[in-house]
Amino acid sequence: MTHPIDLTGRSTERTLARLTGVTCSYGAAPVLRDVDLVVGERQFSGVVGPSGSGKTTLLKLLLGSVSPSAGTIERRPGLRVGYVPQVDQVNWSFPVTVEECVLMARVPQAGTGRRLPWPSRTERVEVHEVLSRLGIEGLARRHIRDLSGGQQQRVFIARALLGRPDLLLMDEPTSGVDVHTRHEVLHLLDDLHHDGLAIVLTTHDLNGIASHLPHIVCLNTDVIGEGVPREVLSLDVLERTFGARMSILEHAGMPIIVDTYEHEHEPVPWVSDRG
Amino acid sequence: MAELLRPFGFEFFRNGLIVATVAGAICGLIGVFVVLKGMSYIGHGLSQAIFGGFAASSLLGVNFLLGAGVWGLASALMINGVTRRKVIGADAAIGVITTASFALGLTLFAVFGRSGRNFDAALFGSILGVGWSDVISVLVVGAGVGLVVFFGYRKLLFTTFDPEVAQASGVNTARVDAMLMFALAASILVTMQVLGVTLIAATLVIPPTIARMLTTSFSRMLWLSTTIGGVTGFVGMVLSYHLDLQSGPAIVLVGASLFGITFLATGTRGLRRLSPVTG
Repeated sequence: MTHPIDLTGRSTERTLARLTGVTCSYGAAPVLRDVDLVVGERQFSGVVGPSGSGKTTLLKLLLGSVSPSAGTIERRPGLRVGYVPQVDQVNWSFPVTVEECVLMARVPQAGTGRRLPWPSRTERVEVHEVLSRLGIEGLARRHIRDLSGGQQQRVFIARALLGRPDLLLMDEPTSGVDVHTRHEVLHLLDDLHHDGLAIVLTTHDLNGIASHLPHIVCLNTDVIGEGVPREVLSLDVLERTFGARMSILEHAGMPIIVDTYEHEHEPVPWVSDRG
Repeated sequence: MAELLRPFGFEFFRNGLIVATVAGAICGLIGVFVVLKGMSYIGHGLSQAIFGGFAASSLLGVNFLLGAGVWGLASALMINGVTRRKVIGADAAIGVITTASFALGLTLFAVFGRSGRNFDAALFGSILGVGWSDVISVLVVGAGVGLVVFFGYRKLLFTTFDPEVAQASGVNTARVDAMLMFALAASILVTMQVLGVTLIAATLVIPPTIARMLTTSFSRMLWLSTTIGGVTGFVGMVLSYHLDLQSGPAIVLVGASLFGITFLATGTRGLRRLSPVTG
């Protein structure tokens, strides 16, 4: 490890976004119910919960692509939000090079781009800078599919960063990637957070990600608990969040969560005598 | 050589050639969005729907561009509305509406006779009867679609690739989609005479598919597809004269041949680019 993940948590001096009593439904049943949440400057939060618990909807509410059915969302005026989609939501066969993909952040409507199709000299420099910052400057002309999992994540982080966001939202940034890539992405996010960027990500990976973050939100339609992982991750909160019993171990000062699977039958002993 | 150049001496051929080349290029350009947004079926449906408007306007003696244009625009906006709402069975609803419009067109012609513009031309395309008004229409629509794509390039790319984030970034994606449908309807309208409604879908799909097999860049795909569409229209029109074929089938067959050549030249690499599966 070259750069340990920050565990201290940070005070949130100024509010970037505030959700008050937010309920969100796509059909009859609410996906999120009566959620109160504050995202502050320099916050680094992980939203954890099982599939269908409303994690992605929460991100989309913060992004502004989904509207609440009840409650209010206040955003700081002029707040710029960057969004990194889940890897399997991306159309990888779409014909875009890394540079074209990153430049999408510069649409005139976002107030940062121009109308002409090709990038200005300044934009080229900025794209090069952001790609260099993420260590993928040599890949600008490659197709987005011809990259490793970690590089693909970085392309979308680069696109978000080119829009100069105050808040970065990431949907399951490490789902389906290997341990090495997960560490890479976490270190990168930690660096960006150190540089002053607020980050909210969703994850179902409690040990690999959530317990490394300064702040987590346990979500299952309702907010079950939020705060520093060590304090929030209790047996009760975990069971109410995931609807399953778990155990908490401790390793190097960090909580390690393991499933507690209750066997209905006696487990089959390992057969050691192979004849 | 003299035989090859002979048709260029006829005004009707020169007009037809301009319309076929420009129409091919427009369809190649707008087809990139049709293919990448998975709207090939809608392109086909819209061209069929416009046939209903064509039949009605030719029987009522209304200007073809006006009548079929209003009909086409209404159909385009309706299809766009149904698609955007992501209703279950939207494709079936579109199928019913567009095919019904096509059937209405056929019925009108059957009941009231094939007056006005040539019935077969509307179905399969014909070089005969392509006049100056058609040349001007195709040039105006070509310039319009070109300008829309040029100045709207960034938001079109963003909306096509990632509509949700585009919208959250301030792009009015509903307006972009409506604009694309409008451009598509206008392209079909001016292309109908030389290609025929039953074959337009091919010119919307073949050039972008060939271009996609040749490149992994969006901007290059736009250029390539437009050029391939234009060349296909030109070559197809010349062949249609020499081989005495209808212009629509000739243009589509030239496009299909180009596709075959590209497929042989790029092999699995080209196919892999078309495949949605990572690998």
